[in-house]
Amino acid sequence: MTTETTHVRLTVNGRVYERTVEPRLLLVDFLRHELGLTGTHVGCAHGVCGACTVIMNGETVRTCITFAVQAEGAQIKTVEGLAENGRLNPIQQAFHENHALQCGYCTPGFLMTVTEFLDENPDPSENEIRHALAGNLCRCTGYVNIVRAVRAAAEKMRSGAVQR
Amino acid sequence: MKPAKFTYYAPETVAEIIALLGRYGDDARPLAGGQSLVPLMNMRVARPAVLVDLNRCKALDAVSDDDGTLVLGPMVRQSGGERSELVRRLCPLLAQTLRFTGPRAVRNRATIGGSLAHADPVAELPGAALALDATFVIEGANGRRTLKPDAFFVGQLTTAIEPGEFLREIRIPKAAANTVSAFIESGARQEGVAIGGVAAQITLAGEVCQDIRLAAIGVGSGPVRLTATERTLLGRKLSEALITEAAKAAEDDVDPTTDLHATAHYRKRLTVALAERAIKQALAGPRTN
Repeated sequence: MTTETTHVRLTVNGRVYERTVEPRLLLVDFLRHELGLTGTHVGCAHGVCGACTVIMNGETVRTCITFAVQAEGAQIKTVEGLAENGRLNPIQQAFHENHALQCGYCTPGFLMTVTEFLDENPDPSENEIRHALAGNLCRCTGYVNIVRAVRAAAEKMRSGAVQR
Repeated sequence: MKPAKFTYYAPETVAEIIALLGRYGDDARPLAGGQSLVPLMNMRVARPAVLVDLNRCKALDAVSDDDGTLVLGPMVRQSGGERSELVRRLCPLLAQTLRFTGPRAVRNRATIGGSLAHADPVAELPGAALALDATFVIEGANGRRTLKPDAFFVGQLTTAIEPGEFLREIRIPKAAANTVSAFIESGARQEGVAIGGVAAQITLAGEVCQDIRLAAIGVGSGPVRLTATERTLLGRKLSEALITEAAKAAEDDVDPTTDLHATAHYRKRLTVALAERAIKQALAGPRTN
């Protein structure tokens, strides 16, 4: 419950992990350094850029401003958990096809944000897409292709064109 | 980037929270959603020796209707509060304001109590709390005390919460029948930090303004009532021309300072513009039953 080191047990992408960590260890550093899941990126490290977004207990969170110890007992999904059977999921595929990334640094955060968004709003307007993406910063694309990719992913997922 | 070392507690009951906050006093900080505190800790602007994490205490995230008063636990998440049917029905202005408090991933963790206790001058919820005439229930070893917004918000990032205490509950009177409301703000992005904003709640008798509370953010060390504008409108029929005229009086209500984001003059003009728009947007929306 207290002090120098704390025991953490959580599930990431369906696999259970247990570690002993300092309470000040940020969840993003836990994922990257303790578990080796380096797909989740550290951008600004103070909750502004969204690069470190994962899904925790069904909701997006910023792992650079959450402590690992707070994820005790949590179910976490990271970008490594999106592909199924080695194939890109519809959102990843749409980002690929629409050139929605250049350097790719922000992409994992965008993918997790879009995962939650399309789950709740399968047929969004362009305005809704832009609002949903506003908490994730991309310095390369100018967002146009990202918006296009989200629209394409939504269409594909609605039509069930991608069967997995 | 890592926070300085701290001792971490995750109490599961209110009694434990109060005991820990009492034992460590000034050295302890309660950790709510962490969306303001942890960035400050990452940058080592804040270096609390002890963190008392409220997230494991299940008694703190309830939303209830206490005979016409909306009662919010401090750990109600901002995205959860926005979706709450009870919040929308009893207190539409709060639900309207919660759309502006940050991007979804932040609002999933950020709490209503955390934002109010952090008291950032550009935060939205203190403005809404002032317009809604909220009551703040603070609890510590000596029991509970209740404060109105004027007494609760002491200054920039400062409230009346003393070491050993924490914000235990927020109580908001249910919107009266025939009430309209709106929150609007201006900033680089809706999801980003605001430069200024206005919360408006108006109760009507036909077309006549029976009661009005306006609060501005970003123009002082805490939220500011726009009393001159309110006085101009109270008891009168709210014509477009009168609203425009009354909003101009908001300049006299605020005394902002210049900072990196905007000059004092800009913030004054912005408050006038936002007050006018907030009132008009409120009147264009549905009335409560």
